[in-house]
Amino acid sequence: MGERKGSPSPGGTSQALATRDAYGAALLELGKKRGDVVVLDADLSGSTKTAKFAKAFPERFFNLGISEQDMIGTAGGFSLAGKLPFASTFAVFETGRAWEQIRQTICYSNLNVKLVATHAGITVGEDGASHQALMDIALMRVLPNMTVIVPADGRETEQVIYSIADYEGPVYVRLGRMKVPLVTPESYRFQLGKAHIFHLGKDATIIATGIMVSASLEARQILKSEGLDVGVINISTIKPLDAEAVLRAAESSGLIVTVEEHSVIGGLGSAVSEILSEKHPVKVRRIGVGDTFGRSGKPEELLEFYGLTPDAIVNTIKTSL
Amino acid sequence: MSRITATRDVGLLRERAKEVRREIVKMLTEAGSGHTGGSLSAADIVAALYFYKMRHRPEEPEWRERDRFVLSKGHAAPVLYAALALSGYFDRELLKTLRRIDSPLQGHPSSKMLKGVEISTGSLGQGLSIANGMAMGLRMDGLGSRVYCLLGDGELQEGQVWEAAMTAVHYGIDNLCAIVDNNGLQIDGFCCDVMKIEPITEKWKAFGWHVMDIDGHAMEQIVDALDEAERVKGRPSVIVARTVKGKGVSFFEGKAEYHGIAPTREERDRALEELK
Repeated sequence: MGERKGSPSPGGTSQALATRDAYGAALLELGKKRGDVVVLDADLSGSTKTAKFAKAFPERFFNLGISEQDMIGTAGGFSLAGKLPFASTFAVFETGRAWEQIRQTICYSNLNVKLVATHAGITVGEDGASHQALMDIALMRVLPNMTVIVPADGRETEQVIYSIADYEGPVYVRLGRMKVPLVTPESYRFQLGKAHIFHLGKDATIIATGIMVSASLEARQILKSEGLDVGVINISTIKPLDAEAVLRAAESSGLIVTVEEHSVIGGLGSAVSEILSEKHPVKVRRIGVGDTFGRSGKPEELLEFYGLTPDAIVNTIKTSL
Repeated sequence: MSRITATRDVGLLRERAKEVRREIVKMLTEAGSGHTGGSLSAADIVAALYFYKMRHRPEEPEWRERDRFVLSKGHAAPVLYAALALSGYFDRELLKTLRRIDSPLQGHPSSKMLKGVEISTGSLGQGLSIANGMAMGLRMDGLGSRVYCLLGDGELQEGQVWEAAMTAVHYGIDNLCAIVDNNGLQIDGFCCDVMKIEPITEKWKAFGWHVMDIDGHAMEQIVDALDEAERVKGRPSVIVARTVKGKGVSFFEGKAEYHGIAPTREERDRALEELK
C-alpha cells in the first residue's frame, strides 16, 4: 500500500462528500447492473439517500414506514426469495430498535441482507442524543455471522457498496450525515477485511475508522512537524478485523491509539485491544466518546466537545509517549 | 423413508393430524422438555398445510416454486418436525433426537441445521414480516408460490406483528395467508388475563385483511379456508383458527401448565392410547 500523496484536506473541499450521498449514488448504479437488488427504508429515504434508487426503480423499492423491526424481517424474507436486499434507516434505529430482529432473523439464519445505516455518530448534530448512534458498532460486532464496515470517505463508500453486493452474508455498513474530505488515495481499492495502512509510525500508530481517519491524518502532520513519526491505519472493516495490520502496527510502534466516532466501549478500540492484549501487548489509548450520551450542537462543536479533533489526538499521543 | 402423499380427503387428513400428534407426544417425552400444548393445538392446521395445501417437494427442499411455511410461533417446533418427517424430508427416527446437543432438531427451528425449515424462528413476532418479504420477492419473479405463516394468539401481543399486518395490506400481498392458532393460552395463563388481545378478528379486519374465523380442529373448515384464501386477490388473508391448547389429549387440553413442559413417560403412554 502506497504512501498517500499530498496532505489531508479536512473541513470540506470540492471533493468532500457525505458517505450517505456516495451510498445513494452507488446504490443507483448497482440497481442498474443488478435486477435482484431491492431496497427497503423506514420513512427516511430522503435522508439515507435511498430515494435516488426509489425514483429510478419504484417497483424494487419498499418503504415500510416508521417500523424498523418490520423492515428488517421483510428484508430477510426478500433474501429468502432470492433477492439482494439493502435496508436503510438511521444507525440508531437500525441497530438499536431492530437489534433482536437482526440477531434472530438475519444473523442466526445467516441471510444475505445488507444493512446500510446513515446518520451514525455525534455528527448527526443538532438532533441530539436520541438520534446519535454511539454504540452501533458494538451492537453489530457482537453478532455471529455479521460483517461490520465503516467507510472513511465517499470513494471508499462507493467501493464498499459494490463489494458487499458480491459478498454472501449479513453486512452492516455505518455511514454519516455530514460531508467528509476525501482521504483514500485515488488508487485505493477496498477489500473486505483488509485495513489500509497509510504509514506505520516508529513512535506511535493511529488506528482510525470512519470520519476519524481524516482527523488522524491531520494529527500525523502536526506531530510530524514536531519531529514525531506517527503512522495512520484506516480500518474500515471492523469485523472481521485485519489482525495482521494491527499486529504490524504494534510491532512498529510502542503506542497504538484508536480513534472512532463511537463509544470507547465495544467499538474499534475494543476490537483492537482484544487482539493486542492477547497477541502483542503494547500501550493502547482509545479515543472515542466516553461512557455517555451525545447532545445537540453543530457537528464541529460536538467533535470538539467530545475530544474527537486532530488536536485532541495530538495531545493524547504526546502525553502517552 | 416413509412418505405421505397429498390429499383433500378430510378423513385421511384427520388421520394424518393424529399421526402428527402421536409423533409430537413421543418426541417431547424423549426430549424431556419442550412445548406440548401449542404444538398439539396447531396439529390439524399444519397437517392440512403439509398434506393437502402446500406445493412442496420433500426430495427437493429448495425447489424454487414451492410454497413456503413460516412457523412464527417457533416454540411449536415439534409440530413442524413431525410434519416434515411424515412428509419425507428426513427419517422419522430423527425425531427422537429433538433438543439433543448433536441434533439438527433444535429446541426452536433452525433453518441452517435442518432442510425443510424455511427460516429460523423462536423469538416471537418476527415471522409475518419475513413472510411478507418472501411473498413479495416470489411475486416479483412471477412465481405462483404462496406463503403461509402460523402465529400464536399470545404472539399477537408483539407490536411487530401489527407493523407487518399493515405492510401486507399496503403492498396488497395476496399470495400470503396468515393463520392464528387461537388457543387462548400463553405461558403465564389465559391470554385474556395476561394481556387482552381480543377482539382478534376485528383487529385484522380493521387492518384491511380478508378474515376467516374457523374451528381450527374441524378439518373441513381448515381446508375450505385455505382454499378461500387462495381465491382472495389484492389483499392478504388470515385464518383465525379457534383451537384448544393440548388438543387431542384430554389431560393436556386447556391447561396453561402444558405450554412449556413435556409429557412424562406415563403421560405419553396414556396420551398414545387416546390418540389411537
